[in-house]
Amino acid sequence: MSANLSALAYLVSSICFILALQGLSSAKTSQRGLTFGVVGMTLAIATTLASPIVTSYGWIISGIIVGGIIGTIIAKKIQMTALPQLVAAFHSLVGLAAVCVAAAALFEPNAFNIGQVGSIAAGSLFEMGLGVAIGAITFTGSLVAFAKLQGLVSGNPLIFKGQHPLNALLGIALVLIVVLFAFSESHTFFWAITGIALLLGFLLILPIGGADMPVVISMLNSYSGWAAAGIGFTLGNSLLIITGALVGASGAILSYIMCKGMNRSIINIILGGFGGEQSAATQGSAEQRPYKAGSAEDAGFIMKNAQSVIIVPGYGMAVAQAQHALREMADMLKQEGVQVRYAIHPVAGRMPGHMNVLLAEANVPYEDVLELEEINRDFGVADVAFVIGANDVTNPAAKTDPKSPIFGMPILDVEKAKTVLFVKRSMSPGYAGVDNELFYKDNTLMLFGDAKKMCEEVIKSLGD
Amino acid sequence: MELISPFIIGLTVFVLAVFVGYYVVWKVTPALHSPLMSVTNAISSVIIVGAVLAAGSAQDLVTQLFGFAAVVMASINIFGGFVVTRRMLEMFNKKK
Repeated sequence: MSANLSALAYLVSSICFILALQGLSSAKTSQRGLTFGVVGMTLAIATTLASPIVTSYGWIISGIIVGGIIGTIIAKKIQMTALPQLVAAFHSLVGLAAVCVAAAALFEPNAFNIGQVGSIAAGSLFEMGLGVAIGAITFTGSLVAFAKLQGLVSGNPLIFKGQHPLNALLGIALVLIVVLFAFSESHTFFWAITGIALLLGFLLILPIGGADMPVVISMLNSYSGWAAAGIGFTLGNSLLIITGALVGASGAILSYIMCKGMNRSIINIILGGFGGEQSAATQGSAEQRPYKAGSAEDAGFIMKNAQSVIIVPGYGMAVAQAQHALREMADMLKQEGVQVRYAIHPVAGRMPGHMNVLLAEANVPYEDVLELEEINRDFGVADVAFVIGANDVTNPAAKTDPKSPIFGMPILDVEKAKTVLFVKRSMSPGYAGVDNELFYKDNTLMLFGDAKKMCEEVIKSLGD
Repeated sequence: MELISPFIIGLTVFVLAVFVGYYVVWKVTPALHSPLMSVTNAISSVIIVGAVLAAGSAQDLVTQLFGFAAVVMASINIFGGFVVTRRMLEMFNKKK
């Protein structure tokens, strides 16, 4: 296939990818969008295979078969609650693949038509250095995010003295070595870039706490895009540049939305440490205040006699796998003539849109699930707010207490409902380490127990 | 006039694509943000294009192995990303 023809085919692929993203503007068009994505990818691979410099197919075909089988099996088996880990793991692979491609391009530039060993243009080397740096940061950063989400390491932020100066020093060293590499084409510098970037990715994500994971995942999503674009610049391939830019922009927008959902700046999150200081602050006032606790029967009775119930799900629901029991409970309430809806906070769960996927998995109708802005004023006229596995996103201190670490964060106004039912395992504070005023309000009834068991017990009491 | 450097052409394409991405992604409904992440993850593995070149046109075994490793990783992502996205979208479109 001639170079011009390939470039045109790559253009078609790029358009397919844009259409794939555009399809996600509504659930109805989303599946068609996905088909465009698959077509675009198939075309991209086929075009590359047909290019005249590709002469042997053994490694390629076996690689695609091995990778395809592994990927398909994982994707089919994974539980939807474990989606954030899966995405983090996938991001790490994009990062590592970018490093491998850059290394291959350095060893044999003529295989990519970018010159001969020892005479690669400085511009290409600079792009290669950037690509490999971002790729390596994405790789170790995503590994740490994966380990935190999977519970392999503590979700608490890990902070040590001199962390920020060390990161800054490594960052500066990285830029310097990239420049040196661009002018020398030295393999030593290449591996130095890789090593420092690997370390930096590790150090950057380690201090970020569990509750900030939605931002981290979006950010790594963005990085994986920029890494692909960097490799695209090195190889002079517009498809890689376009796709990398699309993915990079997408991840950046998601990060922005998540930051806004927590009223925090991206810098603040990257610097990390959220949660650590706060838990120390709350220990001072450890005195137990009075609260009301209820049983599943009480909850069933209150909800059965309500006209409208708004369910507020959070990460705790995902951990307890309670979404199916929750939907059953909602169905029974609907049969009693109760209006049931779900309110989703932008940062509920551990990745953007996580709650929506879990509710969809449990067959909750799409129309019943509403975003914060759509439903927030309805809490004032709701009889019951049923909070299950969420905490910080309902804390009124975000509006009333300027000293609170979550002050300014947009919250769901559950306290405006006539009755608040709060499903929780114990009185311990949420991820942000902040006590929730809501627990001690007169109209709040605490339901202690596992989210799934609690739903099942409510179902039983509704059945009687 | 001298020829425009490939870098500038690439940069032009890049900046325009960022703009396209910006406008397209803002239109994505928040309910589908998880599928958005998994599908962007799948398509960012278009880096397989570079991996295929390394695995299929390099002479040296080391380069071929780097290419092979990258092909495997990118393929895991492509297949995994598309399959898991399909699973999610089917859930959103289930008939009751």
